[in-house]
Amino acid sequence: MTIRLVVNGRPRDLEVAPHALLLDVLRDTLDLKGAKRSCDTQVCGACTVLVDGLAVSACTYLAVEADGRSVLTVEGLADGESLHPLQRAFVEAGAVQCGFCTSGMLLTAKAMLAENRTPTRDDVLHYLRGSLCRCTGYRKIVDAVLAAAETAR
Amino acid sequence: MSARPLRVVGHPVPRVDAIEKVTGRARYVTDLTLPGMAHAKVLRSPYAHARVRRVDVTRARARPGVFAALAGADLTWCDPYYGPAYRDRPVLAIGVARYEGEPVAAVAAVDEATAEEALELIDVDYEPLAPVMTLEEALAEDAPLVHAGQPPAGHFADLSTLRPRPGTNICHQFQFARGDAAAALGGADVVVEDAYRFPPVQHVALEPHAAVAAWDETGALTLWASTQNPYSVRVELAKMFDVPLARIRVVVPHLGGGFGSKTYAKLEPLAATLARAAARPVRLAASVPEAFQTVRRCASRVAVRAGFRRDGTLVAVACDADYDVGAYADIGPRVVQKGTYTATGPYRVPHVRLEARAVYTNTTPGGAFRGFGVPQLAWALESLFDVAADRLDRDPVDLRRQNFLAHGEEFAPGDTPIDGKLEESLSRAAEAIGWTRAPAADRGRGVAAMLKASVAPSVSEAIVRLHADGSVTVLASAVEMGQGTRTVLTQIAAEVLSVPLARVTVVQPDTAVTPYDQTTSSSRSTAMTGRAVQVAAEDVRDQLLAIAAQNLGVAARELALADGAVVAPARRLTYPEALALKFGMSGGELIGRGVIAPGRTAAPLGGSTPFWEMAVGAAEVSVDEETGAVRVERYVSVADVGRAINPLLLEGQDEGGVVQGLGHTLLEEMLYADGHLLNGTLLVYRVPRADDTPSELECHFVENADGSGPFGAKGAGEGSLIPVSPAVANALARLTGVRLRDLPLTPERVWRALRARSPRA
Ligand code: FES
Ligand code: FES
Repeated sequence: MTIRLVVNGRPRDLEVAPHALLLDVLRDTLDLKGAKRSCDTQVCGACTVLVDGLAVSACTYLAVEADGRSVLTVEGLADGESLHPLQRAFVEAGAVQCGFCTSGMLLTAKAMLAENRTPTRDDVLHYLRGSLCRCTGYRKIVDAVLAAAETAR
Repeated sequence: MSARPLRVVGHPVPRVDAIEKVTGRARYVTDLTLPGMAHAKVLRSPYAHARVRRVDVTRARARPGVFAALAGADLTWCDPYYGPAYRDRPVLAIGVARYEGEPVAAVAAVDEATAEEALELIDVDYEPLAPVMTLEEALAEDAPLVHAGQPPAGHFADLSTLRPRPGTNICHQFQFARGDAAAALGGADVVVEDAYRFPPVQHVALEPHAAVAAWDETGALTLWASTQNPYSVRVELAKMFDVPLARIRVVVPHLGGGFGSKTYAKLEPLAATLARAAARPVRLAASVPEAFQTVRRCASRVAVRAGFRRDGTLVAVACDADYDVGAYADIGPRVVQKGTYTATGPYRVPHVRLEARAVYTNTTPGGAFRGFGVPQLAWALESLFDVAADRLDRDPVDLRRQNFLAHGEEFAPGDTPIDGKLEESLSRAAEAIGWTRAPAADRGRGVAAMLKASVAPSVSEAIVRLHADGSVTVLASAVEMGQGTRTVLTQIAAEVLSVPLARVTVVQPDTAVTPYDQTTSSSRSTAMTGRAVQVAAEDVRDQLLAIAAQNLGVAARELALADGAVVAPARRLTYPEALALKFGMSGGELIGRGVIAPGRTAAPLGGSTPFWEMAVGAAEVSVDEETGAVRVERYVSVADVGRAINPLLLEGQDEGGVVQGLGHTLLEEMLYADGHLLNGTLLVYRVPRADDTPSELECHFVENADGSGPFGAKGAGEGSLIPVSPAVANALARLTGVRLRDLPLTPERVWRALRARSPRA
């Protein structure tokens, strides 16, 4: 079936199977490889993208559900060559190691900051419960999110 | 070493791959697509142990869209066995399936869905056999055997002497003795002993294993693989397919975490086999559940006795350790000998008897996992150390300090003398956690220390190229898996050649391009590969100095490199100018070479460790007496690293190590029942989340520039994980009086122990 959506600001008309997952459409049809597949069961958050600003697990989200909506992936986060404040904060805080969780973390953090512009450390820890990172121990990720929230103020 | 202040080494510069990672541009194996690439799926044994009487793939093969369907019996055109210690593992089960999840058949098809459907067309006739699922079952008299015959020795020279004990499930034994432990224990004033268990746990690298294999028209093989050891993988494939090493190319893009799970061949043999059969490129990407069926940490049970004099002097340790290495040896035998070798920890022990066995069971193969056998034994010894402190009525910090090996002291005859200062780490940890101040009434504190040898002997080689425009290429095969090795190598080359970081490019590992490096593991890359890069860069520097000396008429010793130029007292020659002078044109390049190959020694494991990894951990915990839930409120890690090449990345490594250690301490365990793994998915296997982390987590470093690596660095990254479980259990014991011997410290275990606790006097 045909769906019409906006991906990273660009309108797209796509032919997708009814059971196609958003993650596969993004990665394979649109060649946007930033969202990662890991647990495939909505636990780890590596595949997180924003649909109309809300964080969703693209591994378990049907592409057809995105019909008429606006999808943001990590590739659309920067403004041209100018990094989004969250991206900059992740770089500076050392919040990136292997990078496999990073795009999901960034988009989850973006969704959180849209809801809560002045999060506490506990707010961030709680919000990131659905985003696993096996490398960093989370501390620098939380630091980065708090720093980005600070800059945005 | 010149006294010049360091420009980039020692500075917390952001990682060189950070931008590509935060923009989603970093490429991992599963992001790659080749023209005509097929997708593979694997049919796995539903039984822990079964005779595979017949596998019929004809219907699968006939299905449209299927390019190849293979069973073990089809692999007559290659040597289907591989393995770094013993080549005991078939690419696809041959005759017997030895664990639940063992690959039995595989399909390559036009897409994943077709491959998946084709798997359902494969008929397998299994005859279930009695499995051995635990150490106890495997070591019982008349236990069913996981392996009936003896496998040929693998490609490791230092493991070629390994022999399984015929007629048993014992896959390897290791012994080490010094002095007379039995007599010393007999004569000791205080003897403590206990037995400790460490669970099987999985690495849960966020990126599961993946490989893309392609044979070209000349019969050469290229693999893009998520591996920590491209060169070991190359050896395995060369043996399997009887192809010269030079015709196998292993390319390693970014890894989404490794932690040991991606050491040695994993999916690569099957991917290459399918690609050959399908006559086209094949992509094989594991799911998370399949990663649980690929490798795990070796579980253990350890009985340890320690004898002390009344004054607290440790005189003897006897240790019997059994490690469950699962259905195939993988690198388990070396995990066992390496872990057991340092069973006595960072202490001076005159009388030692260590015995360890690697035991086959019908479970997921055990292999390397951050700490490589040491966490299992440190859990035992460091827990027992606190029991001893109690019996001796001594402070656990003081008792450890009294028995630490000193800087320069011998650990074992022929091995590297101790190259760090444990007492400094311990003092810093004790101070940071506030050891001498009483904790709040509902908090308890504990400490633990560790010592680990790195792999030896080992080889790292590097090439550094200085181009006509003054930019630099570093060729080295240390794998970037998140630990930051690409950044560290960049810093080292930039430091030696006095160029900005942005002028240095470290090429991704590619066995056709980047020179030999044994393995990215054992915390060795900074010390060994980093040293090779330093030597290679110094080779280029010396060539530059020679060119300048000749052209400026100045002695080389009066020249130095600064800001991309050779500077003499009154003149300077930029690198492009120097190269133009040398080549008489604006072309040509300088090539430097670095080889670090210390070779074999008389040390007990065959080579002297290039450095000792040493660290101390201190925990402050609370416990909910109603539920038994333990919470680590504060944690301090101090590692003796010689020099932090990049303090930001190092801190990140150790923070991650501590939290990973909290996983097996509080949460993680692969649970088996009735021959089945019960929790091999992330829905039920709980790894630490953001809200499981300590409220305060500090990672400190002792830097005395006393390491053999570049700029005095030693290895790091495993040390922080190892003290976590004993430090937490020691803290819990000091808070509650309850001593737990089995990990993880689940609420249920703790609650039961609290209930069973005899009222304290
Ligand atoms: S891959 Fe989607 S949540 Fe893990
Ligand atoms: S950086 Fe590796 S999983 Fe988060």
